[in-house]
Amino acid sequence: MAKSESEMTWKDLEIGNIVTEPGSARQYESGTWRSQRPTYDFNKCIKCGLCALYCPEGCIGQNKEGYFEANLFYCKGCGICARECWPRVIKMIEEVE
Amino acid sequence: MATRTGIEVSIAVADAVKMCNVDVVAAYPITPQTHIVEHLAELVANGELDAEYIPVESEHSAMSACLGSAATGARTFTATSSQGLALMNEVVYVAAPMRLPVIMAVANRALSAPLSIWGDHSDMMSVRDTGWIQIVTENGQQAMDNTIIAFRIGEDQRVLLPVMVHLDGFNLTHVIEPIVLPAQEDVDKYLPKNRFPLPLNPDKPVAMGEFAPPFIFTETKWAQEMNLRNSKQVILQAWDEFNKAFGRKYLPVEKYHSDGAKVLIMTMGSAGETASVAIDELREEGMNIGQVRLRLWRPFPFEELREAVKDADVLIVMDRAMSFGGPAGPVASEVKSALYNQAKKPKVVSYIISLGGRDTTVSSYKDIVKKGIEIAAKGSRNEYEMYGVKE
Repeated sequence: MAKSESEMTWKDLEIGNIVTEPGSARQYESGTWRSQRPTYDFNKCIKCGLCALYCPEGCIGQNKEGYFEANLFYCKGCGICARECWPRVIKMIEEVE
Repeated sequence: MATRTGIEVSIAVADAVKMCNVDVVAAYPITPQTHIVEHLAELVANGELDAEYIPVESEHSAMSACLGSAATGARTFTATSSQGLALMNEVVYVAAPMRLPVIMAVANRALSAPLSIWGDHSDMMSVRDTGWIQIVTENGQQAMDNTIIAFRIGEDQRVLLPVMVHLDGFNLTHVIEPIVLPAQEDVDKYLPKNRFPLPLNPDKPVAMGEFAPPFIFTETKWAQEMNLRNSKQVILQAWDEFNKAFGRKYLPVEKYHSDGAKVLIMTMGSAGETASVAIDELREEGMNIGQVRLRLWRPFPFEELREAVKDADVLIVMDRAMSFGGPAGPVASEVKSALYNQAKKPKVVSYIISLGGRDTTVSSYKDIVKKGIEIAAKGSRNEYEMYGVKE
């Protein structure tokens, strides 16, 4: 796929809009849906990984230091991680802040 | 050798499907379509047709199975009518944008309520905007021929679209007509193998029926529109080559004494033949009248229609369906739209006839012509006329 989906014209579409290459959903930036974003106080984090287990988007992974953090390209800002995080590491803030 | 045989039209349509060597039939019986799929089930069961017959539990499943089948590159057929078409509606919409060449015969019948098993075009109009190619036939021969032609059009690499062949319930499906059954070797020559370009294949996986976000959805719809519009050239070519091979000619708009006629009747479907008899009688009485028959409902043949009616002063359009609270019958609305911006155009009078199996006779057509000419001259307080309604 030479062009990204958002650059494609109607003539670039495959027959019947068939997707011929795997992994095309990876290009879709669901992060644009977000109105709130998670912020972290890693001092409190015990690296239990519950946030990653509960994340419906599956976009939470471990960073270099081993702390769990959402990939904001995909994070829709649902806040489930903040709700489930019992050591209260995660706080949701408005995107405008 | 082609042979002329007295045969029920539904059986002839099923025989046409057999001659096309269909791979999969998924269907659910419904009056007045039942004889078509019943005969196909019989042909499969007794070994005359090597195909998968899927006796599904509903029309929604029938069309769903057909999509899956067509996606593997199998030659696929189904048939339905009225409530069955309404039930499969959701899936009917999916076939065209996914470019799956399912072929479907629709035995046109009224929609409930009140319940009517008899013929009209309400079911056809309920799927107008599904993106299917839609051919409307007038007699048994046309229904049989166009069933064969539909496979050739739909599976053409330049088209890859589903095709509906409409035939009026009972008026066509249940009558025995003299029909020329083509020879198998001629059908084999006319209809190439189905070569669906990207079939479902575990060795080369693809994703079909994906979702489209706002940044690409408009493009998919325009691609669909261009695809359907461009199919017309292939339809014309398929009809032309059918004529060369079998000696029967089909056109998107067929004319009957219409060149130079000042008054025209327009029909779609089996009503056309009765109307032709009325035209003959009126011409014998000295009236300058002709007929145009709409054969191709989608893609709509704008140029051919404009050309066919350009000399007329009055165009009386017959509809066998209603658009409640709307401007006219569905065919008349289309015709008015096609003509509105033309410098020279006939007055269009819209008549609703033959709902739920009511007959419109030769004398009724003559009456409609008389009244239609009057309305064209003096106007009417109605947006459209409802013929024969008891006041």
